[in-house]
Amino acid sequence: MSNPLDLVVRQAGEWLRGTGPLHEIVISTRVRLARNLRGFAFLSRAEAETRRDIADTVSAAVRRAPLLRDFVHIDVEQLDELDRALLVERHLISRQHAEGVGARRLAFDPTEAAAIMINEEDHLRIQVMRSGLQVEEAWRQIDAIDDAVEEHLDYEFHPQFGYLTACPTNVGTGIRVSVMLHLPALRLTNELEKVGQAARDLKLAVRGLHGEGTEALGDFFQVSNQITLGRSEVEIIDDFRTRVIPRIVEYELAARDALLRTRPHALDDKIWRAVGALRSARLMSSNEAMQYLSHVRMGLHTGRLSVVDLQTLNELFLQIQPAHLQKLHGERLSGEQRSIERAAFIRTRLSSN
Amino acid sequence: MGLCERCKKAQATFHLTNIDRAGAKVERHLCDACAAHEGLLNAGKPTVDLNELLENFIAAGKGAGADVSNLVCEECGISYVEFRNQGLLGCAHDYEVFKEPLTRLMERTHGGSATHVGKTPKSLGVVRKPQLDIRRLKRQLEEAVAGEDYERAAELRDRIRELERS
Repeated sequence: MSNPLDLVVRQAGEWLRGTGPLHEIVISTRVRLARNLRGFAFLSRAEAETRRDIADTVSAAVRRAPLLRDFVHIDVEQLDELDRALLVERHLISRQHAEGVGARRLAFDPTEAAAIMINEEDHLRIQVMRSGLQVEEAWRQIDAIDDAVEEHLDYEFHPQFGYLTACPTNVGTGIRVSVMLHLPALRLTNELEKVGQAARDLKLAVRGLHGEGTEALGDFFQVSNQITLGRSEVEIIDDFRTRVIPRIVEYELAARDALLRTRPHALDDKIWRAVGALRSARLMSSNEAMQYLSHVRMGLHTGRLSVVDLQTLNELFLQIQPAHLQKLHGERLSGEQRSIERAAFIRTRLSSN
Repeated sequence: MGLCERCKKAQATFHLTNIDRAGAKVERHLCDACAAHEGLLNAGKPTVDLNELLENFIAAGKGAGADVSNLVCEECGISYVEFRNQGLLGCAHDYEVFKEPLTRLMERTHGGSATHVGKTPKSLGVVRKPQLDIRRLKRQLEEAVAGEDYERAAELRDRIRELERS
């Protein structure tokens, strides 16, 4: 049987195509719901056999839902380390899910717009990813998926506390909205504090690319809600849609404008040095590549260069990551081999454009 | 491993690095007894969780369930202290057993309210899903057949048919 993940690696998921509203600054919108089955212990207290029962029950419910007919089912427990890392790089599973133990699975839509992690911290973690700022659309889609799954199983629900979760920080709606932003100009002008302030005003958290505990690589930041109880899904979504994200986008656009007006040479220098390095380097780490690609992306969106199209750029962001690089190369590579391969891969992609 | 720099007898188990006023690094290596003697022993310990301290204080003041750390869920066996250490609950029933301290905790982390507003499951009010029962019964049926318990198998088959008609 061929590995379904071998196909996945060649292209970017739909959410990374760069087509949604405000996509120049808002990379993606992610909404996830935490759910647990009634009648089973939470995972920290579930024996191996119970974990398997939970996984079977959820898998069966997903398979029976007509809406989720096309979902690809993956047994994460059986995957090797490289394939698990690949799924993390594509944001289809979390690091915690990749590194966990016991029965755990993934079911995802072939476009990668929707996915269900089975037995992560909660029995189900449903997620929907969309390009640009599409919080409302993402909510409508995940709401429908949640209903479709629930047709075939019973969720743990408390009359006062709502959907019960293993960690009380997710209880109530179980919703986590995360919007990924590209803010290179705010970093260059040292104004990132404005983002922190805008987020803090609404009790939202700002994190790095891969969520909790990760750093902001290549000027990418994730803004997400922390309150899940006492406010409805729609209220939470509206904070992102109408208040905080438009405000941050405005800051970034103003910073880009200011750079173009007052320091165009400094801006061009950043952008063209990045192009130079990407086209010439013989060794490149993924952090370094992320930073250069970030500057090229800014160049593209400020109209300072057109040597590369957005789709190629978005695919590069994904494919220069360690697991992708190794899958594309077809074999495991050491750190230095990866740097060589990464530099060569980028040179090829940027010269054929 | 070196000896304690103060008594020069016991093994030094306490290592402290300080920056003095002139900006120079000052290292101290002491045994437990000497560190305690100099009033330094607590410096190396992890800081107390202020929230937990406050919670226990409030609980004690109310006299209600005086010490939350004694609470244990009879279903999954987790204690409130274990929950606070690992951050994860063991089962849904914990929300009832730890209701009081959890409500305070949730009010704090969720901006003041501990009452859900928003989506509710479609099935709420419907007691049970027949599909779930059917699946469980079918599994039992397979087991009965495998164990050649045909009487029970026939019984299960009839109940499945009944549910499938409803």
